[in-house]
Amino acid sequence: MKKGYFGDFGGQFIPELLMPPLIELEQAMETILPTEEFQTRFTHMLKENVGRPSAITYCPNLSKDLGLDLWLKREDLNHSGAHKINNTLGQGLLAKMMGKDVLLAETGAGMHGVATTVAAAMLDMKAVIYMGATDVVRQAPNVGRMRLMGAEIVAVESGTKTLKDAINEALRRWLSDQETTHYCFGTAAGPHPFPTLVREFQQIISKEARQQFMDRNEGNLPDVVVACVGGGSNAIGMFHNFVPDESVKIVGVEAAGTGEPGCYNSAPLDRGTDGVLHGMMTKLLQTEEGQILPSHSIAPGLDYPGVGPEHAELQACGRVDYTTINDGQAINAFKLLSRREGIIPALESSHAVAYAIENREQLQGKSVLVCLSGRGDKDLGILDEIL
Amino acid sequence: MNPMQVKIEEAKSKGKVGLIPFLPAGFPNREQFWKELEQLDKAGASVIEIGMPFSDPVADGPVVEKASLKCLEDGINLTWIFDGLKERKGQFNAALLLMGYLNPVYQYGLDKFGADCKAAGVSGLIIADMPLEESDFVKEAIEPHGVALVPLIGLNTSKERMKLYSDGASGFCYFVSVLGTTGQRESLPAKIKEKLKEAKEVFDIPIALGFGIKHPDQLAEFEGLMDAAVFGSALISHIEAGNSSTQFMEPWQ
Repeated sequence: MKKGYFGDFGGQFIPELLMPPLIELEQAMETILPTEEFQTRFTHMLKENVGRPSAITYCPNLSKDLGLDLWLKREDLNHSGAHKINNTLGQGLLAKMMGKDVLLAETGAGMHGVATTVAAAMLDMKAVIYMGATDVVRQAPNVGRMRLMGAEIVAVESGTKTLKDAINEALRRWLSDQETTHYCFGTAAGPHPFPTLVREFQQIISKEARQQFMDRNEGNLPDVVVACVGGGSNAIGMFHNFVPDESVKIVGVEAAGTGEPGCYNSAPLDRGTDGVLHGMMTKLLQTEEGQILPSHSIAPGLDYPGVGPEHAELQACGRVDYTTINDGQAINAFKLLSRREGIIPALESSHAVAYAIENREQLQGKSVLVCLSGRGDKDLGILDEIL
Repeated sequence: MNPMQVKIEEAKSKGKVGLIPFLPAGFPNREQFWKELEQLDKAGASVIEIGMPFSDPVADGPVVEKASLKCLEDGINLTWIFDGLKERKGQFNAALLLMGYLNPVYQYGLDKFGADCKAAGVSGLIIADMPLEESDFVKEAIEPHGVALVPLIGLNTSKERMKLYSDGASGFCYFVSVLGTTGQRESLPAKIKEKLKEAKEVFDIPIALGFGIKHPDQLAEFEGLMDAAVFGSALISHIEAGNSSTQFMEPWQ
């Protein structure tokens, strides 16, 4: 297989001027990442600062309501409130050891921006965060956190003013500042080596979850593993160590937006076609002429017209089933998990929880392990009018 | 020899720098665009670079991006570009080049794209988001139609990578003068000269300097190190202000 590809997907579709920093990053990934120094420091930070291993939690009340065994992998309990911190600390430490002093990031829901800012603060680096102007408004609590921790926030006014535009602008900034700056890409997407690098830092989710589930279930594996998919970093982390387990059904859940026919959605695997954006060949929401369509989800972290290339390949080879959940179904899951278990999930993760709720008839008696990728405090503003 | 190289060499033989103006297709509007091309051609352009608008142009600065997005809103697409060029085939003295991003070209179909370039008299292509590593499948589709994939290199391109780009390259080599996006700049980086010297040693086709070029005075210090100049943002701003392409080209002649 061609380097940097997952089947037909992946690659490095990026201006030549960004190839030197990508080559530098790939070399660092191959030489620094395996060293004892990196692994020792990274493992220490994950334990000391993130709080790993994160718990898995059995949900007795919802399990009873739904007629299945519902388990959650609790990435919401990580420091800063989401799985994002696994990746930013990894990339931050790598960048520091490469001699960079600025972490540049894009963010949609704000969780990757917060996690990048935390990593920068911990590692004595500067954080520069690009965020769509629309997201700056709808994720105000996270913007406040980032500012408090010292990040420079750049509100992006171009395009749809959401995640894809933040990525465009961050790539432009990286073009100019590549000598001092590491682009801390937030999801398992983008040009090689980012999809592999981010998966490497996120696969700890399934490494822990697999062992924890077996420890609690007499050595048995779950019947179904579920995660939400925007760019796909929590999902690739949750899926990776279950992929070889043929008995485990793996489900990725994309956002169907309002669910109305013809509405913008965030489901390129379900409704997209092959194309090139942000450095990768992948599935995209696009017109027949190759213009990128706006996406929509009530969950800002899923609001992206593309998806990581490894997911495109996992779909193409049939190992993972990808499906959709709409805004209303996600809000229902948000409310149900909050009321029945006292856990407020991120709107992104609510899409994964909603899969278990909406498919409860087919899942009767089965064990379902859901990646709860983040906590929902940040979303209360979005839901104020609804709840 | 590719027509783009022929035209740049022609300018060079007259002691001039080849001129490569850039305009997004359909700018400032559908009808005026063709008139601007005619003016640029009559005013001595060696190669006219026509932008293929894309919704997410990461290598473009604000002026080019805004102009391109307006063209997209006006419904400009590859079919419109090719239809217009086919109607006018043979009317331009300058060689024609299309510049854009891979996805619209990929969706159009690479073989069809190559064939339509030939039918429309287009002899070159620049894909801003496609480095050497990903370029083979595009080259294989367009080169049989006589269309050159123009190498895009810059200040951080090593001499080793330049050599890889130069292998089989035709038309000209586009040297990006800054680490950044397109757009006018007050001054250009000091490192340009040293890197242009490297490029001159490596490429046996003309070298064009682009990004940040707004006036011929900027080029004096690069005499002998480059053969052509590309200008886009400055031209777009000039036209947006109600001026003509002919006026813009005057100081360059």
